[in-house]
Amino acid sequence: MAVPTSAQPEIVTGEKVVAGYPGKIVWRDASFSFDRGELVAIIGPNGAGKTTLFRLLLGLQQPVSGTIKIFNETPKRGNSRIGYVPQRHVIDSETNVECLELVHLAYCGHKWGFHLSAKSERKAALTALEAVGAAELAPQPLNALSGGELQRIFLAEALVSNPDILLLDEPLSSLDIRRAKELVQLVDGVVRSRNVTALLVAHDINPLLPYLDKVVYVANEKVATGKPQDVLTSERLSALYDVHVEVIRDSRGNVAIIGIEDHHGDERQ
Amino acid sequence: MSFSANLFIDLEQMLQYQFMQHAFEAGTLVAIVAGIVGYFVVLRRSSFAAHALSHIGFAGAAGAVLVGVSPILGLLLFTSVGGVGMTVLGPRASHRDVQIGTVLAFMLGLGVLFISLYTGYATEAYSILFGEILGISSFDVLVTAIFAVAILCAVAFVFRPLLFASLDEDVAEAKGLHMHMLGIVFMLLVALATSIAVQVVGVLLIFSLMVTPAAIAEQLEKRPWRVVVLSVIISLAVTWSGLFVAFYEPYPVSFFITTFVFVLYLLVKFIHPRMKSASVPFLAK
Repeated sequence: MAVPTSAQPEIVTGEKVVAGYPGKIVWRDASFSFDRGELVAIIGPNGAGKTTLFRLLLGLQQPVSGTIKIFNETPKRGNSRIGYVPQRHVIDSETNVECLELVHLAYCGHKWGFHLSAKSERKAALTALEAVGAAELAPQPLNALSGGELQRIFLAEALVSNPDILLLDEPLSSLDIRRAKELVQLVDGVVRSRNVTALLVAHDINPLLPYLDKVVYVANEKVATGKPQDVLTSERLSALYDVHVEVIRDSRGNVAIIGIEDHHGDERQ
Repeated sequence: MSFSANLFIDLEQMLQYQFMQHAFEAGTLVAIVAGIVGYFVVLRRSSFAAHALSHIGFAGAAGAVLVGVSPILGLLLFTSVGGVGMTVLGPRASHRDVQIGTVLAFMLGLGVLFISLYTGYATEAYSILFGEILGISSFDVLVTAIFAVAILCAVAFVFRPLLFASLDEDVAEAKGLHMHMLGIVFMLLVALATSIAVQVVGVLLIFSLMVTPAAIAEQLEKRPWRVVVLSVIISLAVTWSGLFVAFYEPYPVSFFITTFVFVLYLLVKFIHPRMKSASVPFLAK
């Protein structure tokens, strides 16, 4: 377990966490800690259990063993200090609902009873849209937006309750490189200006590398976590996974991880 | 009887008849409820489930006729049990076309059996399948009113969570809403709304009030509560005008209602997008 070095308390900690279900373990013995204001990438092959980590933090799933704490409490559903963008690629093309309404619902949609648009609630929604530079999209219907615009709306949806943690599940997956970079810059801006902790699941770490404080690498039932330059090395990953892993860097600093593939890593000794 | 030049005299003349009063009362209640619940049906893409519930209701209505009670009671019982059952069987059951279709066909068959056991005549079956609002009793109006008020109260209570869950299930779940419970509430609302709507348009034409008005409204508006209001206005307009025209013409009310709503749908589907695209430069500023 990482020892806290600063006076600021850790926002998220995990100790010897085993995730999955009895009989089907997704990953085991993971210990991690994330501080306030950190931008963390979660990477690894498909099906390795990246989304599982989010489900644990959201309280939608319980660890098989080990402990997870968020603000020193066990994760529970409906934690308003967490903003969540689930993995999704498109919105139904027939959903003719304006963006402001979706963000507005993320603010007050869990409340029972009927309440025709209170001013303060709409203002909160508009503020969140402004924070992601999408104020002009407020009256647009969701089905008219591009992939990059949609991701900004989803980010606003996650930000509207002023969370301390953002969980973003593959926000870059449907974007081209330029849009992906723009979105990463936007997330980075939000992390720095609001001092929130953002965990971002991604397929490709490279657009994120310049901004990352930490990386979580999930593969073959194991989780490696730390600073990118510490974790993403041939020695560290080879030792952890007990197979030969090579981390290759090109002249621009882009990283490629070779040797761990979907569920085949063990056969490659 | 025929139209006169003065609409008010026509209306006065029509409402002298008690069966027309009942028809207007029940029709109005049903139109309001169907217009509102229909929005969620459209938003959740559950129109096939709504359709299936009406068929389950057919068996209930026919069974009620067989044992000698009002069809509305059989409808309410069967659709409620069916609606909850569909949700309990699996959280996504309302989207399983094959399973729903199988149950639907069986229920229709059951209804046919009940009808044949009853008289051997097809009049009861006809009115359940295609609606018989002109034959509605004051007891039916009372039952309709009670359930309409109950449905409206329930919708007002669950409006925002149900809307949130329908639009963005994953985030709503993470915010602590229980999807399974909301799914059951939704199907119960659809079940009750379907039951009372069957009196007006019948089992087979349920779409015309439960789906089409909301589908039209959804094309025209993008703020949910405005869509709901518009959907209610549309279903009220087609129900009233259907009743009105059917009083003077020798054809069934449900034919006029379905026709009016279909024409509106076509107009909105094919003419509205052109108007919208033509006006984009002005909206864009």
